[in-house]
Amino acid sequence: MVTTREKSGVAGRPVGAVVKGRLQQLLAFASLIVIFAFFSVASPFFFTYGNFTAILFSTVVIGTLAIGTTFVIITGGIDLSIGTGMALCAVMSGVFIVNLDLPLAVGLVATVLFGGLMGLVNGINIALLKIPPFIATLAMMLVAEGLALVVSGSAPIYFSEEPAYTKISTGNLIPGVDFPNAVIVLIVVAVIAGVLLTKTVLGRYTYSIGSNEEATALSGIDVRKWKIAVYAFAGLFIGLAGIMISARLGSAQPATGMGYELQAIAAVVIGGTSLSGGKGSIVGTLIGALIISTLNNGLQIMSIPQEWQNVILGCVILVAVYTDILRKKEA
Amino acid sequence: MLTETATPRTLPLLEVEGVDKSFPGVRALSDMRLELRAGEVLALVGENGAGKSTLMKLLSGIHTPDTGTFTLDGEPLTIAGPKHATELGISIIHQEFNLVPHLTVAQNVFIGREPRRARLLLDERRLVRDARELIGRLHLPLDPNAVVGDLTVANQQMVEIAKALSYDPKVLIMDEPTAALNDAEVATLHELIRRFVRPETGVIYISHRMEEIRRIADRVTVIRDGQYVDTVDVAATSTREIIAMMVGRTLADHAGPQGVRADREVLLEVTGLSTKALLKDVTFDLRAGEILGFAGLMGAGRTETARAIVGADPVDGGVLTLRGSRIRIGHPADAVRHGIGYLSEDRKRYGLLLDKDVKANVTLGALARRFTTAGFVHDRAARAAASEYVGSLRIKTPSVDQTTKFLSGGNQQKVVIAKWLARDCDILIFDEPTRGIDVGAKEEIYQLLNELAEQGKSIIMISSELPEVLRMSHRVVVMSEGRVTRILDAAEASQETIMHYATLRPDENVEDAKELGLDPVETGAAEDEEGKA
Repeated sequence: MVTTREKSGVAGRPVGAVVKGRLQQLLAFASLIVIFAFFSVASPFFFTYGNFTAILFSTVVIGTLAIGTTFVIITGGIDLSIGTGMALCAVMSGVFIVNLDLPLAVGLVATVLFGGLMGLVNGINIALLKIPPFIATLAMMLVAEGLALVVSGSAPIYFSEEPAYTKISTGNLIPGVDFPNAVIVLIVVAVIAGVLLTKTVLGRYTYSIGSNEEATALSGIDVRKWKIAVYAFAGLFIGLAGIMISARLGSAQPATGMGYELQAIAAVVIGGTSLSGGKGSIVGTLIGALIISTLNNGLQIMSIPQEWQNVILGCVILVAVYTDILRKKEA
Repeated sequence: MLTETATPRTLPLLEVEGVDKSFPGVRALSDMRLELRAGEVLALVGENGAGKSTLMKLLSGIHTPDTGTFTLDGEPLTIAGPKHATELGISIIHQEFNLVPHLTVAQNVFIGREPRRARLLLDERRLVRDARELIGRLHLPLDPNAVVGDLTVANQQMVEIAKALSYDPKVLIMDEPTAALNDAEVATLHELIRRFVRPETGVIYISHRMEEIRRIADRVTVIRDGQYVDTVDVAATSTREIIAMMVGRTLADHAGPQGVRADREVLLEVTGLSTKALLKDVTFDLRAGEILGFAGLMGAGRTETARAIVGADPVDGGVLTLRGSRIRIGHPADAVRHGIGYLSEDRKRYGLLLDKDVKANVTLGALARRFTTAGFVHDRAARAAASEYVGSLRIKTPSVDQTTKFLSGGNQQKVVIAKWLARDCDILIFDEPTRGIDVGAKEEIYQLLNELAEQGKSIIMISSELPEVLRMSHRVVVMSEGRVTRILDAAEASQETIMHYATLRPDENVEDAKELGLDPVETGAAEDEEGKA
């Protein structure tokens, strides 16, 4: 069409740009190491293999929720229904596997899909009915909280007849090595989510919608469809988290869910995902979730009262987000 | 022109000397000079990316220069920040308004220095009185109690000006003040500038519009690539000479389009398109390989027509026929599927992912269709395609990984165009394709539009610049008050005929309605309503 006059910028991505783009992750990772080093010096019980696996194990539920939520937050949305939604999914898992006595695999798939269904409803409310994400998922949070109690009759459902179910969380897939299955599940879904976010159309549109929803729509992308897809996809992680928490406890507790959504959102934010949308990563979110569980673990080991742990976590969130703002100012 | 009313002192009012400014990787200004004399309007021109905005940011204290000096009234000047700049007597009106839409005119004008009683309580009455006094002094058509968000763009501009002048500045700097104004509004603005310029004040007027500069400015300073080129008397210099200084080369003279496309196949027919808000029975057709210009005043309904066609806004009625068969469009995704793309006038808001790189922007529309298998993105192919468009459209960017917000307006526009070329649409709707774009890049975009039409693409070009419409269009659709008032062939189109049809008021004027052959009952009712009001 027109002749090339100047160098067209075919050159590969400069290292500086990569470092800059990943700075928030590097910062988060560095703080994780600092926290690790601090607790290792402060307590002789911290730096042990047993404690490492304990930290990883306690990251699983929040990590799973946070991975799904990362997609939602990158679109510029929010999902408050993941905590109580998780409790409802745990109850549904009990219904499927214990009450209805479905085969384990079928029950697991049905539970994950049930989470996806909740996400789908969120997505439809947000994308088609244009209800703001905060309100739509707040409503879903209450609905799920109530339904979990209604369906279970406000009583826990025990998986005592299903020893295989608890193995999903506490069993050791690798014989002779003390490495809980739950952590393997988290790693696998993190890898899948990471690939989806960075290598697929779903991921690209997730970022595009968060960056500029109107421009994305005018570029011929059916933003409504993709937003529904993102919320439904994030819902699958609610279902999975419901399985992981009930497998860990050996029972579906209808009332334990509230509060998890904020921990998961905190993990996402500490990991450098912007609440205004358009940027974020799965690696960052995992680091964020690890920071939270390492803090909780370390503070417990140092016998710091539970009440103080949340105070410290709150301060960590402020520091994490403020460094992100500082970084943006420099750019 | 101002010498008739004021005798300018030869003393410089504001002087900029030897100013250098670098940003990481970019030398934005080098040995920049500028001399504003007291009592004059000095135009500042240069292509986008020439350094005008950087210079403005230095003068408003947003950035500090690496080297060089500023002098105001013979006194050396150090500007600590935007607030300090206004205190020193330099007021700047930026291209993008700094107004709070929910507040009133008076509240906006005195924002941050509201009159108070007993230190804590706002003195709302005095606020309104002060604003009224200021507005009266400036002869502005504003109501101090009006909410700014409800005002027209032109009146919002007036609020900005009132705010700037309320500081009694010595130097008023205006960055593209007329970008969103129509001719009458521009005249009002120029009136205001002339009243402001007194023997002890001066105006720096940044604009792309040459005929405006000729009307308002005494001298013009040209900068190019971050460097000072020259300052000349406007009266003694031709527009062609000024443009040549800006681009560093002379531009060839261009005639209108060659021949009409009457022989070509009709690609798109729009029949009776109406919206609740504005459009009434908009009907026209678009041929293959045709550039169809859309002319009209602000608010005539040109952008609304485009948005209705692509499904960006809800439609009340009307039929779209593509290659003879009726199509339904409910969302821009439907339009793109039918090969109709829309390039908005507001590319930052509707065209670009500003925080994403060139590659992501160029491949956004075509991603699912051209650069994926089973949902997985081929990064290498996407990068190669993006690089190709960067080369062929001559997008000035260090690489395809550059974030688009750092590109100049012209290059951003090219990125948007590249996105649509990558998607390979048959019909492209360009809304103000050269708004805010410098002269050199404008030429390239014109050339590109012509090439696309040559290739058989159909183009709708909405433009507020009549010379642009006349030069590019095979036919011109003229709109007024939401109606198509006339479709002109290139041969019959002229500034005069277009303006005639653009200013018809069929809803208010029976004669105009008759000329258009509209139902007299409807217009009679409209007239009655007016009589009652």
